[in-house]
Amino acid sequence: MAGKGIRIEGLRKRYGSGDTAVDALKGVDMHVEPGEVVGLVGPSGSGKSTLLKSLGAVIDPTAGRMTLGDEVIYDEGWKVPDLRALRRDRIGFVFQAPYLIPFLDVTDNVALPPMLAGVPNTEARKRALDLLMALDVQHRAQAMPSQLSGGEQQRVAIARGLVNHPPVILADEPTAPLDSQRAMAVIRILNDMAKKYETAIIVVTHDEKIIPTFKRIYHIRDGVTHEEAGEGRGFD
Amino acid sequence: MISLAGRDILHAWGKFVFTGVGLGLLIGVTLVMAGVYRGMVDDGKALLDNSGADLWVVQQDTLGPYAESSSLNDDLYRAILAMPGVDRAANVTYLTMQVRQGERDARDVRAMVVGVAAGAPAGTPGTPPYLVAGRQITRGHYEAVADVATGFRLGDTIKIRRNQYTVVGLTRRMVSSSGDPMVFVPLKDAQEAQFLKDNDAIWQSRRRTGENPAFNRPGAPGVLDAVIASQSSNNFVNAILVRLEPGADPDETARSIHRWKRLTVYTRAQMESILVGKLIATSAKQIGMFLVILAVVSAAIVAFIIYTLTMDKIREIAVLKLIGTRNRTIAAMIMQQALALGAIGFAVGKITATFTAPLFPKYVLLVPQDSIIGFFAVLVICALASVVAIRMALRVDPAEAIGG
Ligand SMILES: Nc1ncnc2c1ncn2[C@@H]1O[C@H](COP(=O)(O)OP(=O)(O)O)[C@@H](O)[C@H]1O
Ligand SMILES: [Mg+2]
Repeated sequence: MAGKGIRIEGLRKRYGSGDTAVDALKGVDMHVEPGEVVGLVGPSGSGKSTLLKSLGAVIDPTAGRMTLGDEVIYDEGWKVPDLRALRRDRIGFVFQAPYLIPFLDVTDNVALPPMLAGVPNTEARKRALDLLMALDVQHRAQAMPSQLSGGEQQRVAIARGLVNHPPVILADEPTAPLDSQRAMAVIRILNDMAKKYETAIIVVTHDEKIIPTFKRIYHIRDGVTHEEAGEGRGFD
Repeated sequence: MISLAGRDILHAWGKFVFTGVGLGLLIGVTLVMAGVYRGMVDDGKALLDNSGADLWVVQQDTLGPYAESSSLNDDLYRAILAMPGVDRAANVTYLTMQVRQGERDARDVRAMVVGVAAGAPAGTPGTPPYLVAGRQITRGHYEAVADVATGFRLGDTIKIRRNQYTVVGLTRRMVSSSGDPMVFVPLKDAQEAQFLKDNDAIWQSRRRTGENPAFNRPGAPGVLDAVIASQSSNNFVNAILVRLEPGADPDETARSIHRWKRLTVYTRAQMESILVGKLIATSAKQIGMFLVILAVVSAAIVAFIIYTLTMDKIREIAVLKLIGTRNRTIAAMIMQQALALGAIGFAVGKITATFTAPLFPKYVLLVPQDSIIGFFAVLVICALASVVAIRMALRVDPAEAIGG
């Protein structure tokens, strides 16, 4: 990843065409350094999800340029041959709801991304356990997702997002279902992980409780971003 | 990589087992239906095998005696016996009817009453080749040998038309082509049973004959009695069963009987093709229709269940795709679940069929070959049924996992 994190330049996204076309992103510029957690805030319909989906390679942007680490992944068109592998190996996702796979236990939920990448089961599980340990949920390693509390589920989901050590984590309102204490815990974990694994993390949020924790915040409104210095307060 | 399908099945095993049992009962019915057909064919073959005949001589241009009615004079067998290549020839009559047990007992059994020459030496075609109890018919009247499937026991008194018979022997696996057990009685009795009219009819017929001046001539008093005697006796049989001398060619002998006696003669192979190809052909088609319907219903059940199970997992599938799962892996997961459902269903069905087959009134013959075909048919049906769910799963957009 060579110290570059995420760089987005002039990103545009138009849904539909003709009279019904919606310009959801109108030239977004954004950068996140490795080890940094930035906030992305904005009202509903401002384009936050569209930005995450573009960066997450699940929708095609209309124009602009995106760089992950050293590699230009999008420049007026995708520059990587296999978007599925890009998502699997280089991007971690954390969602508002944990969306764990209900029929896999905690360890295998976390071990799934490396397994999908062809890592042998025992090695993948070992990596998963290391992360569960780091996130302090190793005692639930054998449990099924339905047996976990909301906070535990969210930590397992974070572990799954981190397990392939992607240079980028995209978190879509990861604290929405949590009370303020747990929300803070999740943000602290994300910050710790960003530092530990040199990961660039974007956190989409509405959550007033956690906004003051970001050192940098991107405000997005009508498809345009403005950078702002955040308060960068501690988490306790 | 772990088996996603396997984990999902373990997680939702209740659903799989319940659906599998339901599907299994359907498959069980299907296997039994196939067994019914096999049983019919086997009954037909048993009928031919146990008759001990190499040739069936029947009325000219009929498919008798099992598929069509056939009537021959009962003295023709002597002439056939004299033909080259013929070792034994015996008259038989067949009459399917209700045979009552006991004198006033209401119980009756549907049976095929077979008239055979009484006291014939062992190995005469038409007589039961082996007995499980008792002895063969030795007296010319009122003795019977019954198949054990009739439920009759040695010494039982049974009633055929107006006469009582004593069961002196029991045989087994002697059935008609429709699976009814056989009851053997002396030929004379059987001929009478086929012909027997009620007393009023006999009386009226005698009166009519007597009133006919052609039969009742004043100058010839014996004519009327002779005519009445010929009217009230039956000298016909349904077929002559022939056993060939060792080394005799069945086709050759059949041809010469046909040529010299102008009777229709069937060999064992021809008789089998009449039974299987004509007599039970309609039943076979009927069963075939049922098999098609059952296959469609099973496919619909599997498709519906797999579709519902997949619908419940749309969100998980979107997440799996987002984190980089191949479409192939997801399709395989769904397909494997459908196949697993089929395998559970087949196991349940096979067990059900095996345990219920003996309870059916007709012979149900489960042949391994049908099970093997059935197993692969189930797998193919399940695989096809999962296609709808797979198509839906492949259309799931990974962007859905991120939300709006
Ligand atoms: N699939 C889509 N088709 C058409 N318009 C869309 C689609 N997704 C989002 N939009 C529009 O794009 C704009 C930005 O939406 P979105 O990125 O979901 O905003 P946010 O996540 O900030 O609420 C909205 O006006 C929304 O209606
Ligand atoms: Mg949104």
